[in-house]
Amino acid sequence: MTNKILSEQDKTSDRVMLLQGDEAVVEGGLVAGASFFAGYPITPASEIAEGFAQKLPAQGGKFIQMEDEIASMGCVIGASLAGEKAITATSGPGFSLKQENLGLGIMVEAPCVVVNVQRVGPSTGLPTSPSQGDVMQARWGTHGDHPIIALSPSTVKETIELTIKSFNMAEKYRIPVILLLDEIVGHMREKVRVPAPAEVELITRKRPAAEDRDNFYPYLETADHIPPMPDYGEGFRYHSTGLFHDKTGFPRGKTEDAKKLMDRLMAKIEENLQDIIIIEDELQGDEEIIVLSYGSTARSAISAVRQARELGIKAGWVKLKTVWPFAESYVAEISNKVEKIIVPELNRGQLIGEVKKAAAGNAEVSGINKYDGTIIPPDEILTRIKEVSK
Amino acid sequence: MVEDIDRYLREDKLPHIWCPGCGHGTVMASILRGFARSGIDQDKTVVISGIGCSGRASGYLDFDTLHVTHGRAITFATGVKMANPDLTVIVITGDGDGAAIGGNHLIHACRRNIDLKVILFNNNIYGMTAGQFSPMTPTGATATTAPYGNIDQNFNLCELAKSAGATFVARGAAQQPRQLIRIFKKGFAHQGLTFVEAITQCPVNYGRRNNLGGARDMLNWQKEHIINHRKYQDLPPEEKEDKLPAGILYQVEKEEYTEKYQQIITAAQESDDQ
Amino acid sequence: MAKRGKVNLARPDWCKACGICVEVCPVEVLELGPERIEIAYPDNCVGCENCELSCPDFVLKVVKENDE
Repeated sequence: MTNKILSEQDKTSDRVMLLQGDEAVVEGGLVAGASFFAGYPITPASEIAEGFAQKLPAQGGKFIQMEDEIASMGCVIGASLAGEKAITATSGPGFSLKQENLGLGIMVEAPCVVVNVQRVGPSTGLPTSPSQGDVMQARWGTHGDHPIIALSPSTVKETIELTIKSFNMAEKYRIPVILLLDEIVGHMREKVRVPAPAEVELITRKRPAAEDRDNFYPYLETADHIPPMPDYGEGFRYHSTGLFHDKTGFPRGKTEDAKKLMDRLMAKIEENLQDIIIIEDELQGDEEIIVLSYGSTARSAISAVRQARELGIKAGWVKLKTVWPFAESYVAEISNKVEKIIVPELNRGQLIGEVKKAAAGNAEVSGINKYDGTIIPPDEILTRIKEVSK
Repeated sequence: MVEDIDRYLREDKLPHIWCPGCGHGTVMASILRGFARSGIDQDKTVVISGIGCSGRASGYLDFDTLHVTHGRAITFATGVKMANPDLTVIVITGDGDGAAIGGNHLIHACRRNIDLKVILFNNNIYGMTAGQFSPMTPTGATATTAPYGNIDQNFNLCELAKSAGATFVARGAAQQPRQLIRIFKKGFAHQGLTFVEAITQCPVNYGRRNNLGGARDMLNWQKEHIINHRKYQDLPPEEKEDKLPAGILYQVEKEEYTEKYQQIITAAQESDDQ
Repeated sequence: MAKRGKVNLARPDWCKACGICVEVCPVEVLELGPERIEIAYPDNCVGCENCELSCPDFVLKVVKENDE
C-alpha cells in the first residue's frame, strides 16, 4: 500500500558500490521492491535493519523496530497481508524465536523474506563467528510438515542476486523465503554492481479481480496451486488462520481438509523445483571428485578445486544457491557419474545427510566440518581432494 | 432501537462455540454495536485475534480477519496498521493471550501509541484449555493448575496500559452492554492505542470450579463489583478494595505512531530530493 | 414506559438456554423452556432491549411494533 516514489532515474540507473553482504541485502531488497522491514537488533544481522531504517522511508517504505524477534515476524506477515513486500533479518537465537510465526506465515501463505545471518550456536554461541549451523533449522525449524524455500549466497554479489530472487519467489509462490547468509558473507566487503530495478525481472503476487469479491475463495485450489491474494482493505473480507482450513479459509475440523491443504502447500514448491532450485557448477565431464558446497564455504571449495585441476586431479565443484528444496535429483544424477563427493560445511554435518540420501551409495560422500567459528580454508579441502583421489 | 449488527456477522459460522452463559458473545455484540455507531467502513477494517476462547471471535466477524499464533495478534496488527494506516485495526485477545504470553506486545504497542483497538476479553481463566489459571485469575481462586489456590497476583490491566502509554483506556463488563457499546464507539473514534478490558464471565471453567454459581450469578457479581469510575472515586478506600472502576478511565490526545512515521517518510523524501 | 417494541426469537436455534435474558428482563416476558428460551408473556414486553443487548448468542431481537 506504500506509495513508491522511485524516480525514473532510480529505476533505470545501476550503481557500483562497495558493500558488505548485510548491506547488499538492503540494496538487493530495494531493487526487488522491498517496502517494509520489521526487525530486532542482533549480531551479525543488525546492519540489515540499520540499512533499511535509513533507506526505506525515502522510497515511501516503512521500517519498524519491534520489541522482540517474535513480534518482528508477526509484523512482517501482517504487513505482507496488507500488501507490502516485507522482510525481516536476524541471526540464530532470533531465528529460533521466529519459528512459530514462520509456520503461521506458511499456513496463511504470506509472501515475505526472512534473512538469517548465521552465527555459531546453539544458544548465544559465538555471536561474531561464522556458521552454517542453521541449515536444518531453516528446513525444519517450525513444527510440523511444511514447504520452505531457503537460498544461500556465497558472495556479496550473490547476496544481491539471491535477495531479489527471495522476494520474487516469495511473491510468486506465496511463501516465506529464508535467505541464509553466514557471518563471513554478511560482513565481508566487495565491490559490486547493484542493478537498476528496470533491468531485473520483478514478480509481484497474483491478485484477484475486483469483480471476484462476491464469490471469493481466498484459498482456492488453482491449477498452479497458488491462490490469488488481495490486500486487506480491498473489500474481500476474507479469513486466514493457522488452523487447517478449506478453500474458504475457515477450519471445518475435517481430516481430509488437512491432507488437501498440506498437499497443495507442498505442491506449490514440489511442482516448481526447476524454477526454484538454482545450482552453479564447474564441471568438465570427466570428474571423479566433486566438492559440493553452499554459502561462504563455496569460496574455499572453488579455489581448492581449481588448484586440484592444476595438479591434474579430475575434480569439479557444485555450488547450491538454493539449499531448500534440496537439489535431490541433481545430486542423484551426479552421484552416478563421480566416485567421491566432498561436502564441506561450517557445522557438524547437516546438508551432507541430504547428499548421502540422494547419492544412495552410488558415490562415496564425506564431510569436512568446522564448528568452532573458524572457516574451512582452501588448503584443507585440497588436502582432502588429494587424499580421496589416491 | 439498537443497531442491526447482522451485516457484521458471518451467519454461516454461527452459532459460536462459546459455552452457554459465556459473556464473550455479549461483548462481541457490543463491539459490533459500537462499530455500527462509529460509522467506520466495514471494508476498511481488519480484525485480528490470537489463541483461546477470545481468539475465535475473528472467524465470526465479516471483515478482513486473521487468526494468528498465541499471544501475538498485536504484532500482526502492528504490521497491518503500519502498512496501511487508513485501515481500522481491531485486536481481540484474552487474559491469557493478551496478558500472559502476549503481555510484552501489549505494553510495547501502548508505548508506541499506535492506533490499534485492543479489546481484551478478561474471563479470569484459560477457558479453551479447560481452566488453568491466568494472570487475571484472582489470588486465592482455584484452577486446574492451582488446585491449592492461586498464589499469583493479578495485573491491573487498565493501569498497566495507561502507564505503558495507551491514550484511551477503558473497562467494561458483559453485565453492562450499554456502557460497553458507548466505550467501543468512542474507542473506535480515538486516534491512538485504544485499550478496553471487557470483563466477561466463564461459568464453566472458572465459575463452577470456584462456586460462583452460574452465568446469572456471575453477572450479579459484576454488577456489584464493577462500578462506574466516578462512583468508585468517591468510595472510601476500604470499599474500593474488592471493586473495579468501569467506563472510560483515561483518554488523552497524543500524536499517533503511524502519523509520526509518515512525517519521517516526508522528511526523508524531502532530503532525498535536495 | 412507552412500548417501543416487542421481543422476537430471531434465531431460536442458536439459543443455549443460559437464562441471561430472563435475568436482565425488567418485567416477566421470558421463560426458560426445556431446550431454549420461550416468550411466555409477550404482552408484558416493554421493548427495553435489555435481552437483545445481553444475549450472548444473537437469539433475541426487539422489533418495533409498527414493523410487525
